[in-house]
Amino acid sequence: MKRVREICLAPAALTLITLFATPVAILVVYTLLTRGAYGGVEHPYTLDNWGRLFDPLYLSILARSFSVAAVSTGLCLLLGFPLALFIARAGRRKNLYLSLVMLPFWTSLLVRTYAWMFLLRDTGLINTALQATGLIREPLPLLYNWWAVILGLVYGYLPFMVLPLFATLERMDPSLLEAAADLGSRPFDTLWRVILPLSAPGMRAGAILVFIPCLGAYLTPDLMGGGKTILIGTVIQNQFTNARDWPFGAALSLALMAAVMLLLWLQVRRKGETLL
Amino acid sequence: MSRLLTLSAVLLFAFLHLPLLVLAGWSFNHSRFTVWEGFSWQWYGAAFRDQQLIEATVNSLIIALAATAASTVIGTLCAYGLWKRDSRVMTMSLSLSLVTPEIVMGISLLAFFQWLFRFLGVQLGLHTVVLAHISFCIAFVVIVVLARLRTFDGTLEEAALDLGATEWQTFRRVTLPNLTPGIVSAALLAFTISFDDYVITSLVAGVDSETLPMVLYAMARRGANPVVNAISTIIVFGLGAMILVSERLREK
Amino acid sequence: MADVLEIEGLTKHFPGHAALEDLTLGIAEGEFFSLLGPSGCGKTTTLRLIAGFETPTRGDIRLRGKSQNSLRPYERNVSTVFQSYALFPHLTVRENIEFGLRYRRKGNGAALVRQSIEMLELGGKEMRKPDELSGGEKQRVALARSLVIEPDVLLLDEPLSALDPNLRKQVRSELKALQRRVGITFVFITHDQEEALSMSDRIALLNHGRLEQLGTPHELYLAPRSRFAAAFLGPVNWIDHVGLRPEATRLLARPTEGLHSVAATIESSTFLGNCVHVEARTSGGTLVVAEVSRLNGKWQAGQPIHICWDPGDEIRLPPA
Repeated sequence: MKRVREICLAPAALTLITLFATPVAILVVYTLLTRGAYGGVEHPYTLDNWGRLFDPLYLSILARSFSVAAVSTGLCLLLGFPLALFIARAGRRKNLYLSLVMLPFWTSLLVRTYAWMFLLRDTGLINTALQATGLIREPLPLLYNWWAVILGLVYGYLPFMVLPLFATLERMDPSLLEAAADLGSRPFDTLWRVILPLSAPGMRAGAILVFIPCLGAYLTPDLMGGGKTILIGTVIQNQFTNARDWPFGAALSLALMAAVMLLLWLQVRRKGETLL
Repeated sequence: MSRLLTLSAVLLFAFLHLPLLVLAGWSFNHSRFTVWEGFSWQWYGAAFRDQQLIEATVNSLIIALAATAASTVIGTLCAYGLWKRDSRVMTMSLSLSLVTPEIVMGISLLAFFQWLFRFLGVQLGLHTVVLAHISFCIAFVVIVVLARLRTFDGTLEEAALDLGATEWQTFRRVTLPNLTPGIVSAALLAFTISFDDYVITSLVAGVDSETLPMVLYAMARRGANPVVNAISTIIVFGLGAMILVSERLREK
Repeated sequence: MADVLEIEGLTKHFPGHAALEDLTLGIAEGEFFSLLGPSGCGKTTTLRLIAGFETPTRGDIRLRGKSQNSLRPYERNVSTVFQSYALFPHLTVRENIEFGLRYRRKGNGAALVRQSIEMLELGGKEMRKPDELSGGEKQRVALARSLVIEPDVLLLDEPLSALDPNLRKQVRSELKALQRRVGITFVFITHDQEEALSMSDRIALLNHGRLEQLGTPHELYLAPRSRFAAAFLGPVNWIDHVGLRPEATRLLARPTEGLHSVAATIESSTFLGNCVHVEARTSGGTLVVAEVSRLNGKWQAGQPIHICWDPGDEIRLPPA
């Protein structure tokens, strides 16, 4: 019986070891080496790459990445809560609405980002329409800025907030709300004093699920920010392509991964379970 | 308050869906610019005549099919093993692979392949992309299949053993038939994730293995292009249909 | 009669607790044998050890004299009727019943299937899926599925507990009749003493993983060897270390020749339809419940009476 389980787990273990653990281990080794002239790595061993992480330039990029992720997470919470509450109270249509939230999410991140670019660029639909009505003469700079990146991230990861919030709100005993009303609480008081505090676990789970991918995002900042809002994902990519500084790129990657693992660990420790 | 809630939900659903619907609508615009000039299929025609797009689509399909097949088998077996008895190390590793930023996973795989090829003398290509996709699809397959297994009554397996079926016969004749909807749903999910991936793919793809997302990405960065509108519409509706089927199966 | 199933020194320890401790018993060919006890007493563990779903820590299980310890569940000629029935939801009734025959080939498989469908009155339902069946029908399919492979011993894990209470009593007698007809040894697991008493040839009462008492229903009910056994099989009053079942008492105005008696004062009486339960406190301060006919007069609180009984009905425990 035990043997069957081991045989079943073996292929996945093998894949994860070769295609996940080993590559990360190689990155660890790379951080300790010197950059090669044409990319790659050379001897001697050094700790400089780790030291450079504390360069004010990179610290400020890290800080910017954290603030972009934090603002996106906050906005997702603000937008996701009413949506989750609405779906939780939708009765028989719950599953339909939930699919409506998840459907764009599963289709294609690239296409969804492109759709916003189509709307926001200088020659995009919004600017064209505003110019046609004569409201503006010159196109508004809607794309390629900080807020466009935030918009893209919120649009991309809102479902990650709605799902856990919905799960908590749906489990909430409806008689609690009746009890609150019975004790004289008005709807907004009930929302503030009963529903919000009780949905804290869902908010925490959602916040972590949104924050983690926002922190390491590459595609959205690159397309929506147009290279003007430099975040850590872009810097890492750049070290491996244009800058050809693999050891430092590896150090940045591992720093990012450490941050993500810390966040995951905080969540796992609290809930006592993994994401599966 | 409930009216306020409904209003905000309507606005949020519009926020989620309108951009894609507008894009789809505009893909039928005759004009190359963002001014409506009448209905036309011409950008779809242009997309189907573009040799580079067709090659990239074929590459994407090959990669997605291969990665789906492998990750579905590996992930299903893994989920079954975890269902028998949880393994903390395995679930933690899978969770970690799920939250590792794509850019980090991509460059670590790139570094790994470069290192490996010094000994093996092979190049980046479709095969490296397939391997990379298998590794990040497994966790998604495990999640879906494990959810299905949690609704599966373990005494059914005992009943089959009790009636004389060996472990393998039990898995074939009792467990697998009951897991089928979950496995199909997991495979569809893996397919869409693999088909859509840009970040990891672009790092580990060779010069001759450009995928559809890579071509689209380059086009999107270059500027407005009505052909991209057309292809995007096909992708959204194609993958959307697959996901709907997948959800149906999961609820079954 | 030779024992078809022998259990010797069977012990099962799970991490942190001992589920079964040194169980030894023999079950005779064709017997209806019950394993009775409260939840956590080790009865289900015993069944799972016999079926082969668990490996014993110590001890031996022999089926027709052959040790089963090294055999996998599919190599043992026993079959289980599960508490939840565990019918395969993707197979029809007929396919469920035929399932085991594919692996335990019997020469006359088709005839056996036909016969068991008929015997369990499942005719006309062969093409249904399990979720289209009633609780009683599901139970009969589970029985048919196990009986068709002609096991040496049929294990039944609380098969009546999933049924509706009204159906349960009826199924009890049907199950007993079925067992007599097929002549297969039944090992029946239950926590319900009434079920065990009404159906079994012999009962093994388990408590905290140990065999408390083994005997016929009469022996267990009338001559329990421990307070636990006495109380588990039915209500009992203890008057000076002598046990007395409520139905063995008589309430009389004065002591009578040939009967033991104790003076008491009535505290309350409860009308239960077919009988009356009278609670009385003896001069020694013990509260005694007497079950008396509703036809035998009225009982008022404060009324002095004598609780009398036949010395033959006394439950006397062996000295500890």
